[in-house]
Amino acid sequence: MSYISTTDTQKKQMLDVCGVDSIKKLFADIPPELQPKSFALPGGKSEFELHSFFQQLASKNYSHLVNFLGGGFYDHFIPAAIDALVSRSEFYTAYTPYQPELSQGTLQAIYEYQSDICRLTGLDIANASLYDGGTALFEACQMAISATGRRKIVMDGGVNPIYRKMINSYAANLSIELVDISVSHGQSDRDAIFKAIDDKTAIVLLQNPNFFGVIDDHSDIVNQCHEKGILAVQSVYPVAMALLKTPGEQGFDIATGEGQSLGLPLSFGGPYLGFMSVRKELARKMPGRVVARTTDTQNREGFVLSLQAREQHIRREKATSNICSNEALCALRAHMYLSLIGKEGFKEVASLCYNKANYAKERIKGIPGVEVMETSPTFNEFTIKLPMDAAECAGKLIDLGFAAGFPLGRYYKGMENYLLIAITEKRTKFEIGRLAEALEAVVCQ
Amino acid sequence: MSIIFKKSVPGRKGVQLPECDVPVLKKIDSKYLRSEDAQLCELSELDIVRHFTGLSRKNYGVDTNFYPLGSCTMKYNPKITEKIAALDGFSSLHPLLPQLRRGGSLTQGALSVIYELEQQLCEITGMDAFTTHPLAGAHGELTGMMLIAAYHKKKGNNKKVVIIPDEAHGTNPSSASIAGFEIRSVPTGENGRIDLEKLIPMIDQNTAAIMMTNPNTLGLFNPDIKKIANAAHAFDAMLYYDGANLNAILGKFRPGDADFDVIHVNLHKTFATPHGGGGPGAGPVGVKKHLEQFLPISRVAKRTDGIYALEYNYPDSIGYIAPFYGNFSVCLKAYAYILNLGAQGLIDVSENAVLNANYVFHSLKHYYEVPYPGTCMHECVFSARKQTENGVHALDIAKALIDKGMHPPTVYFPLIVKEALMVEPTETESKETLDTFIAAMIEIAHRAESEPQVFSDFPKTTPVSRLDETKAVKNMDFSYIT
Repeated sequence: MSYISTTDTQKKQMLDVCGVDSIKKLFADIPPELQPKSFALPGGKSEFELHSFFQQLASKNYSHLVNFLGGGFYDHFIPAAIDALVSRSEFYTAYTPYQPELSQGTLQAIYEYQSDICRLTGLDIANASLYDGGTALFEACQMAISATGRRKIVMDGGVNPIYRKMINSYAANLSIELVDISVSHGQSDRDAIFKAIDDKTAIVLLQNPNFFGVIDDHSDIVNQCHEKGILAVQSVYPVAMALLKTPGEQGFDIATGEGQSLGLPLSFGGPYLGFMSVRKELARKMPGRVVARTTDTQNREGFVLSLQAREQHIRREKATSNICSNEALCALRAHMYLSLIGKEGFKEVASLCYNKANYAKERIKGIPGVEVMETSPTFNEFTIKLPMDAAECAGKLIDLGFAAGFPLGRYYKGMENYLLIAITEKRTKFEIGRLAEALEAVVCQ
Repeated sequence: MSIIFKKSVPGRKGVQLPECDVPVLKKIDSKYLRSEDAQLCELSELDIVRHFTGLSRKNYGVDTNFYPLGSCTMKYNPKITEKIAALDGFSSLHPLLPQLRRGGSLTQGALSVIYELEQQLCEITGMDAFTTHPLAGAHGELTGMMLIAAYHKKKGNNKKVVIIPDEAHGTNPSSASIAGFEIRSVPTGENGRIDLEKLIPMIDQNTAAIMMTNPNTLGLFNPDIKKIANAAHAFDAMLYYDGANLNAILGKFRPGDADFDVIHVNLHKTFATPHGGGGPGAGPVGVKKHLEQFLPISRVAKRTDGIYALEYNYPDSIGYIAPFYGNFSVCLKAYAYILNLGAQGLIDVSENAVLNANYVFHSLKHYYEVPYPGTCMHECVFSARKQTENGVHALDIAKALIDKGMHPPTVYFPLIVKEALMVEPTETESKETLDTFIAAMIEIAHRAESEPQVFSDFPKTTPVSRLDETKAVKNMDFSYIT
């Protein structure tokens, strides 16, 4: 099957117009010695066979475990209307809106999405999306390097370790100095950060809530940064933004984050959604597309891609970023999610996550030998210390039907006995209770 | 249509959430709280359904209209792949699950998709190993350039320069630059291919890589590619293949056979995953053996007992370039598409894509200037230079086409063609659709002579007419302020 509608008779007519007698002749520029040495792919499958094949594959995945895994990627409720609306193929079979007259749907939706992100983060200007939270954070670093002319980056240990690994990879050939600062009692270590920042520092990377789920107010760190001409970026969990002090309120120059929690399925890692917002002064340093509201020749409201002089298709090697395709459809989902959940609903979701996580802490606290880390306040995710290897414990809990959390030893040396547990509004009191019972059974074995 | 925030009615709700079933134990300390609520809209589900359905009707997509946007491969996206990607076993799967102890056994279906897709991309492109991690085409380019940097570093090569033809996609120089390289541009010769006489002397011990696409952005295949590969390899420079134009050559030419060292593939072009109005895409990267050790981690291996496993132990790897395994559901759709079509189906894709492009080319070549003659591959490039003599520009022709119910071709790219009109019909368009397009283009060419003054008013049939981009930049209205 190749979804081709041209018949053999039509092909002949078309070849006549081309002045050749076979399709083969259209490929005459490919020299015979460059014919494929092999093209050993299987024969095609019918739609019915294909669906059965993938149903079988899907059934091999344990997506039915009760999910307490987070680490920046959460099992949130997704209203059915999102799938229905995002399935409008006028949205999903369109390209980047280069022709604005034919793309007002996408453009207005992205403008509204940008407005959502500004409202969540308390900053002035948001772009139309980046690949994910990690690449968004590195783009923030690039912006700061360009804005300050400095090449040192200070990363708080509470920033998602996956993102810090990504930044390490990207910085490898760029003569960038990276400094990692460990957290203290789960929170950003002020003393260590203040010691590390200097007049060579371009940017400080912070996260709220951080990877351990800990809530912070980074205003003091941002102040210190600004005194030294350093930019500060906060990577945020968007659901927490319903309640927590915004990056804007804390004085941050840039906010980034992972938008997966805003109506995107987990989908084994993607596609996800990197969001970014900045202070107005940084607009021209921003990576990626941005949509502006303007007017047409008859003074009607309309939307266009704007500030394109920053972008790769115009500036080539001098562009602020190489990004071309972004995550437009994911941004559309996020906008639909925020619109459906709405102002009050969004606060409700965040409160449900927070309250249920507190309840889970309380339930788990009672288990002999298990310690809940409570020196700093947390949002919907928290760390527990086990009397055994956390990876082993989580492995045993899988057999009991739980993806119980993420063993921190994987990314933090010395934390082999620590487990990171995430709670969303989807987890019920009953499930949390069952997790506590199962955990008790495993640790008391 | 009014902006969504203007429609908001205080107190209205779109979703009902469950009651809180746990006791409220404590409150967040007020010093951590935001001072006022995020001003999200307050609307009912129906309000929202109407809003977005209304917006969707202001969009053109492949499903609504012919969309011959050059370099973008806007082919039909089969519906079955959407259904497959929505299967709960894939869509609800947490990416950290396989990183738990024995967790790999919980995600065998998903890991097999990644592994088997990589295998098939190897076979399709003639490369030795693939990674699905890059999240878009440009991200693939950046990954590829990082791999090349790691290769040279390992070998102790001090190479700083990447050579890129002047017709290349803008992402090429941008990606190479972000990976830390200096860019040298090489001109295109009169035959529409890279100017070999200029290129060969440019290659020296400083050359880290040459980035090319073949066929290039003029839609022309370069038969001298082996010569270029040899010249590059003589100085241990790597040859990079931008896979944006892969739709032309499935089963006809494999970059690996011509000694390309690195390639990225745009799954959202050649392998029919929808482009989503700007993304998500996916840009898997393939390499030859000598670059495999540098691929990003994790990698999926298939053990001798048939079990798929995530592997991290690659000391020379460039590390993490994405949080997980790539845009998985995009990869899943592309894998399903490849299985759906099979070997012959993929060959049919390229044959018909090339036939359709040549049919358009030969049907229009007497009406629009042809900057680089010859048999084109999957796309053809015209110039509206002749029409500009009457004051009608490529952009005007694009807008005139809109009023005829078609998405315009890519305009003003490649940059080396003045007033470029770049047409990529793709294989899935019927002869009737092409004939309608050709007739429209011919009529527009005639009208550009007889009534050139009418063009500046086009388009007239769309929800908005031409927009004031200068005002947009000046006002910087990027976010709605209530």
